[in-house]
Amino acid sequence: MAGVFVFLALVTFPFWYGKGRTALRPSFQLDTPEIQRLAEKKCIEPTLYMRASHMKLVDSWKAAVVRDGNRWYVASDGRRFSMSLSGNCLHCHSNKEKFCDACHNYAGVKPACWSCHVVPQEVRP
Amino acid sequence: MRSSRRNFLKITGLSLLGIGVRPVLEALGANGSPRFVKSPARLVGKRWAMAIRLGKCPDDCRDCIAACHLVHNVPDFGNPKDEVKWIWNEPFQDVFPGQGNSYLYPDWGKRSVVVLCNHCDHPPCVRVCPTKATFKREEDGIVMMDYHRCIGCRFCIAGCPYGARSMNYRDPRPFIKKINPNFPTRTKGVVEKCNFCAERLVLGLRPACVEACKEKVLDFGDLGNSQSEIQKVLRAQFSIRRKPELGTQPQVFYLV
Repeated sequence: MAGVFVFLALVTFPFWYGKGRTALRPSFQLDTPEIQRLAEKKCIEPTLYMRASHMKLVDSWKAAVVRDGNRWYVASDGRRFSMSLSGNCLHCHSNKEKFCDACHNYAGVKPACWSCHVVPQEVRP
Repeated sequence: MRSSRRNFLKITGLSLLGIGVRPVLEALGANGSPRFVKSPARLVGKRWAMAIRLGKCPDDCRDCIAACHLVHNVPDFGNPKDEVKWIWNEPFQDVFPGQGNSYLYPDWGKRSVVVLCNHCDHPPCVRVCPTKATFKREEDGIVMMDYHRCIGCRFCIAGCPYGARSMNYRDPRPFIKKINPNFPTRTKGVVEKCNFCAERLVLGLRPACVEACKEKVLDFGDLGNSQSEIQKVLRAQFSIRRKPELGTQPQVFYLV
């Protein structure tokens, strides 16, 4: 009988342990000078899609540019963008530490993008 | 409940039909507009190639090498064993091993020749690459590398008869004098080579080495177009290629 209680306590641990506490949310910043200058402050695709699937988008860009030689992306609303991590994404999001890294560190993911792709703000003298 | 063979077959058939519904709906639902398109300003060619005027290249000039290595973030490890090179100078005797003789006019035996990846029609590096990190672009014949896929096995280095490939045995970043933010660097354990400036061609620019050469030694053009400048040059003047006997069909021609 005691064993059953221990088992139930362990199994339900995730449900009652965090009860009443609020999880820390990642804090990232969107107010770079480049974004402030934009007439219409929107990313290349809807924010929710970008938040959930930017990694899939960037991965498809990688294949399109390197393997197929297609350098331009047509967004769902018809706008066209040059597919470039350093030249396009980081142009607006010029605060990599407070944007990319803030969430990636929170989620514990370590994308290998920056071991090759250059962060323009880091090399400009 | 007992099910007859007839009912079983009916249900199986309907289920199989059901599997086919989704692809059909997706095909009908696609709006037909491509998500990825070519750059409108790009240079278009069916078969890019290069012609190099052997006699015109001054022996002490390094302009093309400097320009290429600057735009492509090629590291300088300061050590010939680890050297990374996209375009470089090689003694004539090593570039054309069968062509040397004691009476070579006037001092060819001592001169050096500019060499780079030959962007072969039958590239051995592509054949040996186990991950397809190196591949030949069907649209314009450029032998490209996808650095994301390179696992650093160096089969391509062994396969290339021209020594056109270099391995990064260390992290190259600290060894790049001035990083060009518009082109990625490589990372430790990745092989690299000349890409015929694929990233410049899409912007409508000719390769960096061709533009940097003051003596107009290098000619770049489309062999797929019979009216192109390079076709005229190659028809007007005798040319040789590196190790043609290997059957790799190099696309870098040396005008004699």
